[in-house]
Amino acid sequence: MSSPILKLIAQRIALGILLLLAVSVLIFAGTQILPGDVAQSILGQSATPESLANLRAELGLNDPAYVRYFNWLGGILTGDLGTALSSGQDIATSISGRLWNTLFLAFWAAAVSIPLAIGLGLLAVRYRNGWVDKLISGLALASTSFPEFFIGYLLVYFFAVKWQIFPGISTVYDGMPFMDRMQAIALPAAVLTLVVLAHMMRMTRAAILNVMQSAYIETAELKGLSAIDVIRRHAFPNAIAPIINVVMLNLAFLIVGVVVVEVIFVYPGMGQYLVDHVSKRDVPVVQAVGLIFAAVYITLNIVADIGAIVANPRLRHPK
Amino acid sequence: MSNELDFLSRRVAQGRLSRREFLGRATALGVSATFANSLLAGAARAEGPVKGGILKAGLVGGESTNSLDPALFMTQVPFAFGKMWGEMIVELSPEGDLEPRIAEEIGSSDDAKVWTLKIRDGIEFHNGKTVTPEDVVATLERHSDENSKSGALGYMKGIESLKASGREVVITLKEPNADLPYLLSDYHLVVQPNGGKDGADAGIGAGPYKIAVNEPGVRHGGERFANYWQGDKMGHADQVEIIVINDATARTAALQGGQVNMINRVEPKIVDLIKRLPGVTIRNHSGPGHYVFIAHCNTAPFDNNDLRMALKLAMDREEMVDKILRGYGTVGNDFPINSAYPLFSDDIEQRTFDPEKAAFHYKKSGHDGTVLLRTSDVAFPGAVDAAQLYQQSCAKAGIKVEVKREPGDGYWSEVWNKQPFCTSYWGGRSTQDQMYSTAYLSTADWNDTRFLRPDFDKMVIAARAELDNEKRKALYRDMAVIVRDEGGLILPMFNDFIDATGDGVGGWVDDPHQELMNGYALAKCWLEA
Repeated sequence: MSSPILKLIAQRIALGILLLLAVSVLIFAGTQILPGDVAQSILGQSATPESLANLRAELGLNDPAYVRYFNWLGGILTGDLGTALSSGQDIATSISGRLWNTLFLAFWAAAVSIPLAIGLGLLAVRYRNGWVDKLISGLALASTSFPEFFIGYLLVYFFAVKWQIFPGISTVYDGMPFMDRMQAIALPAAVLTLVVLAHMMRMTRAAILNVMQSAYIETAELKGLSAIDVIRRHAFPNAIAPIINVVMLNLAFLIVGVVVVEVIFVYPGMGQYLVDHVSKRDVPVVQAVGLIFAAVYITLNIVADIGAIVANPRLRHPK
Repeated sequence: MSNELDFLSRRVAQGRLSRREFLGRATALGVSATFANSLLAGAARAEGPVKGGILKAGLVGGESTNSLDPALFMTQVPFAFGKMWGEMIVELSPEGDLEPRIAEEIGSSDDAKVWTLKIRDGIEFHNGKTVTPEDVVATLERHSDENSKSGALGYMKGIESLKASGREVVITLKEPNADLPYLLSDYHLVVQPNGGKDGADAGIGAGPYKIAVNEPGVRHGGERFANYWQGDKMGHADQVEIIVINDATARTAALQGGQVNMINRVEPKIVDLIKRLPGVTIRNHSGPGHYVFIAHCNTAPFDNNDLRMALKLAMDREEMVDKILRGYGTVGNDFPINSAYPLFSDDIEQRTFDPEKAAFHYKKSGHDGTVLLRTSDVAFPGAVDAAQLYQQSCAKAGIKVEVKREPGDGYWSEVWNKQPFCTSYWGGRSTQDQMYSTAYLSTADWNDTRFLRPDFDKMVIAARAELDNEKRKALYRDMAVIVRDEGGLILPMFNDFIDATGDGVGGWVDDPHQELMNGYALAKCWLEA
């Protein structure tokens, strides 16, 4: 790999880190603007001025905001996310299990949906404007247009209640056998797949169709390549940048946007964890989860950027 | 025919005939499925519990923030799980009597100030230690400590001193209280080794199940405790499991799909649909919980009793029970007590919807303009609809009510107990004294109708110390009438608990105190063979 690429990648990563720092400032500032402080939310109704003062001193709330910010940031960088107010448990420990569950579900949903979406997109281009194309697009768009809870309930009704093939609740736990786990996440993964499918599929189709207008595609066709070979060898590699972008966006959604699906299927992931703590005003947990979600988003965007750069010679060699 | 049915149902209970075959034959005999099912349940009870299997419940009311410390129990899942692994000092039986548990006898001095509990021999904690009077004292100490966060602190504050001597625990109260044994049945008062002072959330109790899994907000599991002192009455299934399912539709689907054997909080809206599902039995029963419209008696315009009376008379209670509870409840009479409580007087005249009388009182109050009622989805299921129905029935009496819908987030901190007129709910308490002390004493933090009546306060204290049940009952009747006629409480309905069980769950007994057989459903029910 040439050095300009490395330089570009380094640039992107540096930018990402800067962005993450900016987000952390925003999250911290946002929780400072909220009325009341942590000491008040811990003590609640039973707060007396005296106990408030004690607790504030103990938690270091009397320090200026920037000192507290750096303490918090320092803690996070060393893996110490603090303790939850509501249960007194270490946040890092309780999040790690949840995060792993969320990633597990997102991974399998992605493993099914990305190849499926790209494959269907290629197929749609091959038979563009024919009935295959229309059927694929129609079904995918329909599944995206329904709200995810509706698809979720629909799948539960048929697969869990009527035919009893898959469980309707996806409780997973440590030490669960792999196949049981897979069976448990079958329905939520299917819902997520249906929700993200159309976006990626349509984008693949549009990006490739765009390239298909080019002169070199005509040349490829004229030299006698089959339609599918033209797409595979000439169109797809040139359309990959926008496809990577949309895939990464959807991956981010699979990780940070699954609250509704987690609630419907009772899946113990990050979304459910966040909602519980928001309703309890558990600020340290909300901060930590917010930062993790932001990090996931930014990382995936960096990956998308880098992917696009590597895939596109014009970006690789900027003038 | 009935002989044949009896015979058949016994065969099922003995496991010689399948349930389906039985239902088929019963239907052939011209018996409705519901009746046949109830026959079967009766036969199974007579046949006795079946040991073994895994009994699972899918419950709403669990969060990832739940703790195993009994002092912090608040929602349904910790409540029900607590009854699995914990043992109580005393408990309320389904019939409403006191049931001795760890305390085998309870006695008091004549003035109801000094109470003596005799602690039962041979009850064992899950860590192998024996339950001693010292453990009981330490438990009560922890919950009565001023700095404790215990949900029972409100009542436990009344304890002056605690002492263990021999096999007895002596409790001395600051004020006489004839209800002490009932207060000791509070679900927070799970007896722990050394009162939980060495680790409040260690999860070690003396209940029928040992904690095997504890993942707050996800699932809780228990394994049968071999040395449980009452193994013939509780702990029939080998394992019990609570799966937290906060979504109502998912809960129903899990029951239907057979993933759980019982669920709590079936929504009245869908009860009739669920009832029709094969194998599912709705277990509804009345309880002390009620839905309320509350006005502050000390805030204009509600400081005028004529206006309050007008608002009470303008409530169409029958309609509320029909439309909001779909019939799963009973009409209220503007005082917070019903037959779920001991010493309830059923001869107080029922208030009914009377627009003319309401209009008369409204005119007399001299109030002009609209009355602002705040409500929210979280106040109780259907609270917004109920407020609108109320608006309609008030209009018939010429009272203009403006309904303001508040966000659910913050309703309990910003609206309830702050704004002068809003909708809310109460889960009820186990005794009348507890209910009145929590929400109708002048000094109560949760006096959400701002009912400030020194004469009423005196009656509460007097009734508390009265050991003669006839006199107490008369006092409680007078108190009820005062709240009904002069309070700020409009109580249109008492809501039923609505649980549901799936196929093959035996041993269910309706319990009016709390949902899921007062939390004991998993411990007392069994899976029919």
